[in-house]
Amino acid sequence: MSKSKSTLRIGDQPWVKWSLIGSALALVLLLLVVPLILIFAQAFSAGTESLWVNLTDTYTLSAIGLTLLVAAMTVPINLVFGVFLAWLVTRFEFPGRKLLITLIDIPFAVSPVVAGLLYLLLYGSNGWLGSWLMDQDIQLMFAWPGIVMVTVFVTCPFVARELIPLMQQQGREEEEAAVVLGASGWQLFRKVTLPNIQWALLYGVVLTNARAVGEFGAVSVVSGNIRGETNTLPLHVELLYQDYNVAGAFTSASLLAGIALLTLLVKSFVEWRQARQRAPESDQADSL
Amino acid sequence: MSIRLEGINKYFGQFQALKDISLDIPDGQLTGLLGPSGSGKTTLLRIIAGLETAEQGRILFHDQDVTALHVRERRVGFVFQHYALFRHMTVAQNIAFGLEVLPRAERPAAAQIRRQVADLLDMVQLAHLGNRYPSQLSGGQKQRIALARALAMQPQILLLDEPFGALDAKVRKDLRRWLRALHDELHFTSVFVTHDQEEALELSDRVVVMSAGKIEQVDHPQALYAEPESRFVFDFLGHVNVLDGTLRNQRVVQGEAWVTLPGDLNCAGEVQLYLRPHEVRLQDCPAGHAHLPLQIESISLIGAEVRLELTPCGWQAQEPWEVGISHVEFNRWQPQRGDRCYAVPDVGHLFDVQRSHPRTLSWVDG
Repeated sequence: MSKSKSTLRIGDQPWVKWSLIGSALALVLLLLVVPLILIFAQAFSAGTESLWVNLTDTYTLSAIGLTLLVAAMTVPINLVFGVFLAWLVTRFEFPGRKLLITLIDIPFAVSPVVAGLLYLLLYGSNGWLGSWLMDQDIQLMFAWPGIVMVTVFVTCPFVARELIPLMQQQGREEEEAAVVLGASGWQLFRKVTLPNIQWALLYGVVLTNARAVGEFGAVSVVSGNIRGETNTLPLHVELLYQDYNVAGAFTSASLLAGIALLTLLVKSFVEWRQARQRAPESDQADSL
Repeated sequence: MSIRLEGINKYFGQFQALKDISLDIPDGQLTGLLGPSGSGKTTLLRIIAGLETAEQGRILFHDQDVTALHVRERRVGFVFQHYALFRHMTVAQNIAFGLEVLPRAERPAAAQIRRQVADLLDMVQLAHLGNRYPSQLSGGQKQRIALARALAMQPQILLLDEPFGALDAKVRKDLRRWLRALHDELHFTSVFVTHDQEEALELSDRVVVMSAGKIEQVDHPQALYAEPESRFVFDFLGHVNVLDGTLRNQRVVQGEAWVTLPGDLNCAGEVQLYLRPHEVRLQDCPAGHAHLPLQIESISLIGAEVRLELTPCGWQAQEPWEVGISHVEFNRWQPQRGDRCYAVPDVGHLFDVQRSHPRTLSWVDG
């Protein structure tokens, strides 16, 4: 008995362990699992036929199309931007570098609604740039370009945030080795840098995509909610709900939830691959 | 291919890393850049490679100015301290990299590349590891692969940045011997950076000693050890016993200690007498030309000779003295810790205030 007592470490008391596990499980169930099940239950509540009708509704289809378009434009833009930024701050020393790393986080710190308002103020028909654009007959706000712009803003830190710590840790020695061996800038990026960061990059892309699909606040401000034109899927859910079309709202919501689940799946896979990529390096310490 | 550096100056912000460095590295030799950390030796190596650019100065390979040439065009082999193997490529892919990135017109055929990689793997005696990834190799194996990768381009200049720094002592010794053999066989011009005096003296044809961004001395290992030109080189190359004292009437005096100098020296004032551990004998009574009372502090038996650490009695020294005696002599004499004895210099090196170079003195044969 004295033996079992001495092997207990701090916090190992069974009642502490089980009450912690119990409360964590209860919270997850209450806050995450039940609402998720409810979404799908509500979507199917009026039968599969009505689900199909709701799904193939013109406005719903157009909302799906616009959401996919926004994601399809946002992800490549932020992919390129993120890689560029991460490369810049990890491979070059310049005044203001630390400041730039801090500035990358602004979209995380600012409420999306505020971001939307800022864009409206700047590019709206009465805005500083907007009035000039209006004269050129270019409309950004209350149209899809505006939605893409605010989505790009809101999601721009994801890729850079994933890459910067990794590229800092990997250092530039491999890149220097490649250049000494005669690699051109493009060969260097394609054959050395990209393979080293590919999983972190994919991880950033998955997060960017999830957020681009689900963004509500900023998009809501600049969209104007024109059905069939500037309505994205999250906005569509809200509109349908306000129209008392609960089944319709939950059908669209279940689509978003489905995308979220898919994202989680891809994210776990990428995390697993990243862990596997790092694992052999811990072996090397033993064999040295 | 010979390397010539002319008036190299390099700044990092306000800090001057290299101060007006001029150096000739002859064709086919193995040259060691030796210095403590922060002396600028790695920066100098990276400037030769083209990985850093100097603010001033010229670099010539075989009398051709390559200062403005991009690192990609310089065609040097470079071995990094931490190997810098491409972690997502196999060993064979790593070695083939330099050939694979050649422009299509110059690139050998795939079969030819495979053959060359196999030859290089044979040369570094790791033919069985071609399909492994770098993370599956030991440090010594990684360093060999890094070398094979650098040699794949058949460079005429091979630059190595602390090539053995991250390896344990046994592997380091093996690799050192192997690199020397390889160099003698292939005859490229090699420059390697090290902070290990023993490594530099053992491996190099010539050693460049650097400190604080300047070259202190360039010489053959034997000459460097026998005739260091400055206090820094003296202190840096192994242990040295120092007597600080006042020179008056041919005699250096400090407290109870004194040494009469041979020959005819017409100088006086504050001087330092530097004595290497093997240039001093120990006796149980003072000699006619020296009175240096010491007490035995510790005895180290491991090695080819017995090392005694001694503290001065009745005079001062910044660091304890070290003297080596043979095991035969140790067994005959059988000194104990705490015993008192007297040091007798055979050869010494005198520094005075006016001159940065030492005068070598000898008490043997008159």
